[in-house]
Amino acid sequence: MTDMPGARRGTRALDVDAVLDDPSARIIVCCGSGGVGKTTTAAALALRAAERGRRTVVLTIDPARRLAQSMGLRELDNSPREVTGVDTAKGGSLDAMMLDMKRTFDEVVLAHAAADKASTILDNPFYQALSTSFAGTQEYMAMEKLGQLRAQDSWDLIVVDTPPSRSALDFLDAPARLGSFLDGRLIRVLTAPARAGGRVGFRVVQAGFGVFTSALTKVLGGDLLRDVQTFVGALDSMFGGFRERAEQTYALLQDPETSFVVVAAPEPDALREASYFVERLAGDGMPLAGLVLNRVHTSEVPEISAEQSVAAADHLAESPEHAFASAALLLHAERMRVIERERRLAARFSTAHPSVATVRVPAFSTDVHDLDGLRQVGDALTDDV
Amino acid sequence: MLDWNQARLHIVTGKGGTGKTTVAAALALGLAAEGRRVLLVEVEDRQGIAGLFDLPPLPYEERKVAVAAGGGDVYALAVDPQDAVLEYLQMYYRLGRAGRALDRMGALEFATTIAPGLRDVLMTGKTYEATRRRGSGGGFAYDAVVMDAPPTGRVTRFLNVNEEVTELTRVGPIHRQADSIMSLFRSPATAVHVVTVLEEMPVQETVDGVGELRAARLPVGAVIVNQVRQSPLAAATLADARAGSVDTAALRAGLVAGDLADLPHVTDATVHAWADGLAAEVVDHAERVSMEQEQYELLHALDADVLELPRLAEGIDLGSLYTLADRLRQQGVHGFDAAGTR
Repeated sequence: MTDMPGARRGTRALDVDAVLDDPSARIIVCCGSGGVGKTTTAAALALRAAERGRRTVVLTIDPARRLAQSMGLRELDNSPREVTGVDTAKGGSLDAMMLDMKRTFDEVVLAHAAADKASTILDNPFYQALSTSFAGTQEYMAMEKLGQLRAQDSWDLIVVDTPPSRSALDFLDAPARLGSFLDGRLIRVLTAPARAGGRVGFRVVQAGFGVFTSALTKVLGGDLLRDVQTFVGALDSMFGGFRERAEQTYALLQDPETSFVVVAAPEPDALREASYFVERLAGDGMPLAGLVLNRVHTSEVPEISAEQSVAAADHLAESPEHAFASAALLLHAERMRVIERERRLAARFSTAHPSVATVRVPAFSTDVHDLDGLRQVGDALTDDV
Repeated sequence: MLDWNQARLHIVTGKGGTGKTTVAAALALGLAAEGRRVLLVEVEDRQGIAGLFDLPPLPYEERKVAVAAGGGDVYALAVDPQDAVLEYLQMYYRLGRAGRALDRMGALEFATTIAPGLRDVLMTGKTYEATRRRGSGGGFAYDAVVMDAPPTGRVTRFLNVNEEVTELTRVGPIHRQADSIMSLFRSPATAVHVVTVLEEMPVQETVDGVGELRAARLPVGAVIVNQVRQSPLAAATLADARAGSVDTAALRAGLVAGDLADLPHVTDATVHAWADGLAAEVVDHAERVSMEQEQYELLHALDADVLELPRLAEGIDLGSLYTLADRLRQQGVHGFDAAGTR
């Protein structure tokens, strides 16, 4: 099945080992919608890279418990730990970490705020809400952590999983949004109305501002506004820092040393998200390695179509001695129908994006929760079905 | 166990990829059957409902999208966060000029995109408003409201956002509003349903999610198992297959008796290879059934109603939503009249 060139309608196969082995590749970002096996793919890629001789670190965002345990990630400690049980014969190694977004945010504040302001910020209720419950923060902090790991320069390769966002594009956009908010006009106006007063049209601005703050006070309550103002006041020493950092990370993602691996399952929603993503990466000049299509169904008997299988099963249904064969053929028919549907969906994607190299990974009948399982996924990632 | 059929607000969550939006749509159709009026609310900005009902992207307004069995109506609303904030300001504060000032200052952007926590406040607020809205006759405008909510991993934080608001604001109109929303969400008028498939990660997330919801005192309704496959094989045959024992002679005989051996270029060797291939598929199937059974038991230990929906091999289209709605009704899902004369 692997050497049927015409059958793939010109789709290039993604050579995962070539991506992992390329010494100039320093960052691999796994992205895609939720529920497509992104975290597992990231972990399998990292393990494979490590066992092929690269010093690797994998940054996971929200791993399944047993997968996390298999990598020794028993708790959130926000710094990479060595994974045991990895074959290091070729000189590679694997470290793994799970993102703790609040701690990452705290570290940013501690590193960049003036010493006397840092504790004011960390104790502020508005900051606490921002750093724990605002969804965009996770994306921002994932990118922040990626930047930190890259700057540390202790690894040949960083493999990063992306947060389970509403949209796969969120992690590209959220950092810039949060960065420009924290550095932005709204916050400056909140804290320093006097600055606006220096300009022409002082009275107009002042009047507008009066309406504005009274509206905000009315809507948000005075306490919250005071919290925000205190927060922003303390943040003053960091102005410029947030946006600059977000921009630096964005530039890192555009660097040729980075490769994006888009992960999808053969489902309409997942492939639609994958399409958006591929278009966005192309538009922003971000290097795409290819598409990993997970959970693809396969058959041992592709020669018997769903229709033939159902016809035979119906024919056999009348004879009790063929009950088992009839049931087996019905199972086969259902499998072939699923395969047909998945093939149509995948073909639609590759027609729209013919240049995207793709690897299909079969659906496993059980979940992955140990290093051996990850090795199997790694093998499957390099053996298109 | 909660009698969640008494709920008027049905919140549907589930791990990504489990068919949450499909189930929410089917539930809305099921609740609307026999002349009721149900609103389906989308809060994730994905236009998934429009896709399911074969419609162009929905605007920010309540619009009829389907007629249920026996003549009920399903309306849909895709909540747009920026419009929601303006509407909210108009409704509660009548901030004409100040609303525009907020917009100019970037406050709307702040409220909706930069601080998704506030975005969650608006989404829950809009759903609350639609649930509590009265029609001209004095009854509720909708018999039931179904929300296609964020995934299991985020839903408790999403539904609880108003709790945080009450702590942040302490007093004032926002505080009171947030308080009322939390009261509705924690009352028997609300049920949070968790959609899953019988795979390890979604089930683990369901178990964790149900725990989180209960810890936050949010009423868990049903666990809805989607994409359930019935095995055509007997339990004993499945057990044998798991142990590696499959009757390949019977498969070969079946291939011959079923006329598949008569296809062109099929030799004895082909029939042997096909029978071995089918046997391997049977073993794979048996392993999957066994794994699914384990997951099923974990769900049954949750002390919540477990409903099942079948896997549809060809995928989901508009017609299959009615099939799924029907299956839900067969398992006891029913609407009730809450709306008055309209």
